[in-house]
Amino acid sequence: MSAGDATTSATTTATTTAAARAAAAPPAGARRPARRPRRRRRGPSAYAVLVGMAALAGIMLIPFVVVVFNALKTPAEYTANGPLAPPEGLYLGGMRDFWERVGFGRVLFNSFLISASVAVGAVLLSVLNAYALGIGRVKGRMWVLVALLMANTLPQEALVYPLFYLSKQVGLYDTRLGVIIVFTVIQSAFGTYLLSSVLSTFPRPLLEAARIDGAGRWQILWRVVVPVVRPTLSVLLVFFFIWTWNEFLIPLVFLQSNDNQTVSVALGVLHGQRLMDATMSSAAALLGLIPTVVFFLVFQRTLSRGLTAGAIK
Amino acid sequence: MTVQAPKAAGKSRAGQADQAARAGRERLAYLPYLVPGVLLFTAVIGVPFLMNLYTSFTEWEGIGAPRWIGLGNYAELAEDGEFWASFRNNVLVVVGMAIVPTAVGLVLAAVLTDLIDRHFGPRAASALRACIYLPQVLPIVIAGIVWSWLLNPESGAVNALLDAVGLGSLAHDWLGDPATALWTVMAVMVWVQIGFPLVVFMSGLQRVDPSLYEAAEIDGASWARRFRHITLPQIRPEIFVVLLWTTIAALKAFAHIFVLTKGGPGGATNVPSYYSYVNFFERTDVGYGSAISTVLTLIILALTVVFLRVQSRDLGEER
Repeated sequence: MSAGDATTSATTTATTTAAARAAAAPPAGARRPARRPRRRRRGPSAYAVLVGMAALAGIMLIPFVVVVFNALKTPAEYTANGPLAPPEGLYLGGMRDFWERVGFGRVLFNSFLISASVAVGAVLLSVLNAYALGIGRVKGRMWVLVALLMANTLPQEALVYPLFYLSKQVGLYDTRLGVIIVFTVIQSAFGTYLLSSVLSTFPRPLLEAARIDGAGRWQILWRVVVPVVRPTLSVLLVFFFIWTWNEFLIPLVFLQSNDNQTVSVALGVLHGQRLMDATMSSAAALLGLIPTVVFFLVFQRTLSRGLTAGAIK
Repeated sequence: MTVQAPKAAGKSRAGQADQAARAGRERLAYLPYLVPGVLLFTAVIGVPFLMNLYTSFTEWEGIGAPRWIGLGNYAELAEDGEFWASFRNNVLVVVGMAIVPTAVGLVLAAVLTDLIDRHFGPRAASALRACIYLPQVLPIVIAGIVWSWLLNPESGAVNALLDAVGLGSLAHDWLGDPATALWTVMAVMVWVQIGFPLVVFMSGLQRVDPSLYEAAEIDGASWARRFRHITLPQIRPEIFVVLLWTTIAALKAFAHIFVLTKGGPGGATNVPSYYSYVNFFERTDVGYGSAISTVLTLIILALTVVFLRVQSRDLGEER
């Protein structure tokens, strides 16, 4: 993924730079590109709207700010100054206490392991399915797709008890492997749906050419099809990773022992026991949100391409 | 097989049949690629779904043999006040998670694209968008922990903030009072959810030629008119998708409730998905829990079908 990603983002950067240079160049006569509307008529009402939007954005961010403030306070400081005051110094004790108490390193590792395995597994499964459905056009593919879409809309509540029961029967209850298998299948429903529609428009001559060169179906899949749809695959990889990271109900039910819990489950359970004081709560929240904000910043570019990634040019 | 079709046209009937047979064999050759998917899908989704359906007709505590009681659970469900209350709550959850975010998201997307982007540049617009989207990247559980602490009646920041601006009399046990609990949960949901419609709508609006807005503005069309006549018609497909997606998510809302209120106080924020969880794992009344989740499934499937129908009719008329 990383190679393909780097290439694409390099392309994007190149395009942006070119566009910026074009924009910076003095306009040639009256021919001004329509894409670059002139920014005038900034009336007072426009500024009022800008201020309003900035205020709204600020309100959306207040909870994050408050969490950061209080995660860095000592409990005594919290009692003395209340929740709104900025911290007087950098106190990392609250976070350290919390980290040690839940064994946050292990919990973080579990989340990474589960989300990464699911992302890779679900992309592989989606590729195989979509190869048969989109390029192979096997009989009854419409029904398979309808079934997959239904699976995607099915509430997990309707699956959770039987899965709980079955996993106990086959010895996968309270294992990370059990959760990985379940989410690989659930996530691949969406992946198969998206990839099948992408692959159904795959240029046939490319396949024919590979076949004439003597490539088998298996080779065509990995040497021709996968490289072409790699941008879509990397978007799916990111989606699956984040979706699995954020899952709660099934991990909550499956992962009973402390050793296997994910970040969401560990925090949710601890929170449910009402044992955390205010500073520890915010330390927990801060530790829980740091990884996701990091993903957000790292993957932002991939995700913003996500909606257009379906098209093969 | 489109490539072969023209060649086959000139040949004899037998040749055509041969071609068809080869095409059939060709397709069959792809079947092995579907095998792992079908097997896993059957084991993880197909079988559990049917098991859930079956248990909904039985009385079962999770151990021993289930006892068949036909429609008994459903009859009980119809008279269960707690279940109906959870449904009424779910309607409000749909308002908080689907309808309000879609409506507000539309207006914000239009403001950001039509006003901020054009007057202050795309950088300002995308920075504002990122701020509003940020809550979406949080796992629900984390968002829930953040808010239940912010809303804490003794030491929470919300009450402290109200105090600080001189509205101390409004301070309240937001999640603990049955009168405000559900509204508070809805407000948190709006905060969490709003970024999703905004991002989808803004990417839809990129299809609109900015000169269209320019021209309308020069012609003296007010912002509201541009919104109605340019923005709305252009991103109709996105509106449908977002509404359906968020409504389904709202019907399945579980983690919000689990972390914020556990359905309390006194069932004031109970929803069917949480209620089924309680029946499965706390009351171990598995048959009853299965009946609840089956009803939920039916509602979601029916809603999806109705939505897709309306959508295809609506978008069909436009063409």
